[in-house]
Amino acid sequence: MARNEQTVVIEHEDAGPGYRFLVLDAPQLAAALVPGQFVHVRVPGLEPTALRRPFSVFDADGGRVTLLYKVVGRGTEALARVEPGDELEVLGPLGRGFPTTSAGMPLLVAGGYGVAPLHFLAKRLKDSRTVLFAGGRTKDDLLALDRFEALGVEVCVATNDGSAGTQGFVTGPLDEALEALRAQDEAFELFTCGPDGLLKAVADRALAAGMPGWISMDRHMICGVGACYACVQRIRRADGSEFNARCCVNGPVFNAKEIVW
Amino acid sequence: MVNMAVDLGGLKLRSPVMTASGTFGYGTEYLGAVDYSKLGAVTAKGIRVDPWPGNAMPRHVEVPGGLVNAIGLQGTGVDAFLRDVLPMYARQVYVPLVVNIWGGTVEEYAEVARRVTAAAHPAVGALELNVSCPNVKAGGHTFGQDPKVLYEVVSAVRPATTLPLFVKLAPNVPSVAPYVKACEEAGADGLSLINTIPAMVIDVETRRPVLANRTGGLSGRCVHPAAVKVVYDAHAVTKLPIIAMGGVYEAKDAIEFFLAGASAVAVGTALFTDPGVVASVHDGLVDYCERHGFTSVSELTGALA
Repeated sequence: MARNEQTVVIEHEDAGPGYRFLVLDAPQLAAALVPGQFVHVRVPGLEPTALRRPFSVFDADGGRVTLLYKVVGRGTEALARVEPGDELEVLGPLGRGFPTTSAGMPLLVAGGYGVAPLHFLAKRLKDSRTVLFAGGRTKDDLLALDRFEALGVEVCVATNDGSAGTQGFVTGPLDEALEALRAQDEAFELFTCGPDGLLKAVADRALAAGMPGWISMDRHMICGVGACYACVQRIRRADGSEFNARCCVNGPVFNAKEIVW
Repeated sequence: MVNMAVDLGGLKLRSPVMTASGTFGYGTEYLGAVDYSKLGAVTAKGIRVDPWPGNAMPRHVEVPGGLVNAIGLQGTGVDAFLRDVLPMYARQVYVPLVVNIWGGTVEEYAEVARRVTAAAHPAVGALELNVSCPNVKAGGHTFGQDPKVLYEVVSAVRPATTLPLFVKLAPNVPSVAPYVKACEEAGADGLSLINTIPAMVIDVETRRPVLANRTGGLSGRCVHPAAVKVVYDAHAVTKLPIIAMGGVYEAKDAIEFFLAGASAVAVGTALFTDPGVVASVHDGLVDYCERHGFTSVSELTGALA
């Protein structure tokens, strides 16, 4: 059940050019969150009527909740100005997260700040070998890779301009890895968060390989709790019928098999 | 001790603070975040005979002082509502539910009203007819833009239900008076004022409307003064209780509505920013009554100096 918690900013620092880590003292929230869930933040500095902004959770541990976000517009520009000691009203935990057990080798596929929920997930997965495929336009869009390495996650990167890792989309190195796994007849499970193009590419690969795929969708939201029906995604039920699911409560993580692109 | 109870055409509430249809799902979504003990009633999202998919995305855009939405009444059909949604609500919430209904034809309105009434579920406190949603072509808006048609639909629903019957009217009419009289003559028990104001936002870079539906309905703080005027005009021509809504963000907004003639208020868009608005409006109303020597919140209705 979501609660509106008054949290306190502990740290707020750069995570890369245009990206920020926001660490909150939020004991109840930290204890309740699972990977893939999100929080709805009332951003100080915006007009009092401003809608909340949804954010993925990068980490929730020891009474602290860490968000990783990109400064993209009016809301995040205002959020970027909060300082340690400031209070922040946060509604959460919200939504349906990732499964935290994997039937095969977990392959995490991130585009830009899509690494956020995958980092929280990597902390909870108990598999001996987990691989992160991180893509970005440039090396500046590859975030928190050291935090994944510290968890023992193998990191494989690609950038569109070739400033780090393979040049091109992250699906390049991903496809190579999938081919190798196929050759060894090894099971895997895909978990992804990033721009829609990447999400669809990963979902397609999960379906083609007959392996599970978990897709975290990023949608503009109003209420965050399922009350307003603004953030819908077409979903196909097991019986073949379709409906407009609410990303905030039926997602944001969907099974690749369910999504109607 | 201020008496906060109100009677809305037979629907007796312990608090005059309600939620506006379309902003509070089917009533359970905000559990944990909203103080339900301060709520008099919950108004659910609109239901019709069959499920309705709503509009394409994007369905909303934020604007200064509010938002424009074109959700398009996505919602469950009456059978699933009675079978699944209502029992789930009643298990978790002890606040009367006002069931908002709509249809594509007059007969559909009456049919939904009949089925909800026949179910005789104790959690259902009243019906609210939506004749004013700007985002659905057939149904909704078409019934609320002509007093004669409005009279027809309310007259058709009236014999189909024994529940208190409210009608939610549109603000975008030259004068609300003939609509109010039509509802009164057709046997309505109360009025809900106002629905969203038709609106449009254009992305000047792409030269395209932002909403997939092209146009939508404006809600939020920015519509409040317009809503106060409609409530004031309606109260001038009727004794029917008025549930006022439109930009209630704090107690002062609710008090304005009462003074203009409302008997209850509903919060809506403000919930999205601050789910605490239910409690702050309720408590602020109590505080105002105490400071101004009112022993009952209902004394505020129409109490313009």
